Amino acid sequence: MSKFAKKKDAGLPAVNTASLPDIVFMLLFFFMTVTVMKDSSLKVENTLPNASETKKLEKKDRVIYIYVGQPTSQYKAQFGEEARIQLNDKFSSPNEVGDYILSERAKKPQEIQNVLTTALKVDRNANMGLISDIKLQLREVNALKVNYTTFEGNAFNNLK
Amino acid sequence: MSRRGGPAEVNAGSMADIAFLLLIFFLVTTTIETDAGLDRMLPPIEPPTEKPPIIKEKNIFTVNINRNGQLLVEDELIDIKKLREKAMAFLDNGGAPSGSADYCSYCKGKRLSESSDNPAKAIISLKNDRETKYSTYITVQNELVGAYNDLRNREAQRLYKRDFTDMEAEYLNPETDASRKEDLKEKVKRIQELFPQKLSEAETGTSN
Repeated sequence: MSKFAKKKDAGLPAVNTASLPDIVFMLLFFFMTVTVMKDSSLKVENTLPNASETKKLEKKDRVIYIYVGQPTSQYKAQFGEEARIQLNDKFSSPNEVGDYILSERAKKPQEIQNVLTTALKVDRNANMGLISDIKLQLREVNALKVNYTTFEGNAFNNLK
Repeated sequence: MSRRGGPAEVNAGSMADIAFLLLIFFLVTTTIETDAGLDRMLPPIEPPTEKPPIIKEKNIFTVNINRNGQLLVEDELIDIKKLREKAMAFLDNGGAPSGSADYCSYCKGKRLSESSDNPAKAIISLKNDRETKYSTYITVQNELVGAYNDLRNREAQRLYKRDFTDMEAEYLNPETDASRKEDLKEKVKRIQELFPQKLSEAETGTSN
């Protein structure tokens, strides 16, 4: 009888927080493993178009990125509204693309130099003229494998 | 004596705080990258001395995009939603008569004599204006790649009971082990040979 009566006396027991560090560590390790550090800050608008027939870009070390789009609001006054190319951290003209690819290629280890992919991250509102200029440059330096980076989704959404 | 109980325990109460601090740092710096897209090969620059091969008009499927994003396919204005269907009909046509060298045994098309002879000979030629919007271009590319993928999937289902896109993704995945890759490589190659991707892109015109 007294067994049951005893329980009423004790106040609300404190929640045991001993496993809290374990949980937090688990989350920490998750984010540590999925993190990719930003290597360059974007100076152009970059809303990618949608496509459904995409392929994954494996092996990040074999990819060279080229960004194209309108300069973001803080650079608009200086560089205008026309879509621009961003290589590394600066705005460039189309005829600098070839040299950029060559210099990036030279930085990679010898054995992967001829299996590099160029990822074109192009804003959906850019014009094809600029892309054609880039493509011509890429052909000139024999960087023929390109990937038009897109979001996964219905391609017809692009037309809206 | 305080020493009697062996070495004193380290106070781990602040461990959670430290872990939280690190966690928040990684949360803030994380960017989940979008790393998928349409893979394409650009044509190499040909030496000017080489003569281009002669291709029959019926083996070429022309797609023209103008600056307003309208499509002209085989000299006919069509809706972009019908492009995949049209491209598939062209690729799968197999117009060469049975018995000839180009006869396509696996084609399920209408076998019209005025359309492509064989998927291996069929070429899609894509042309766009300098002022075409990139998003329209990607939609068209997506539909054309989709047409090839649909046909390849069909053949892969017939031969290996599996989708081609699925097989290719496994083949390209670096985590797949080598023996499995070897097996897949052959199958992927076989399907690719049935419907080789021949997508030619002309230099963009300045006007329409």
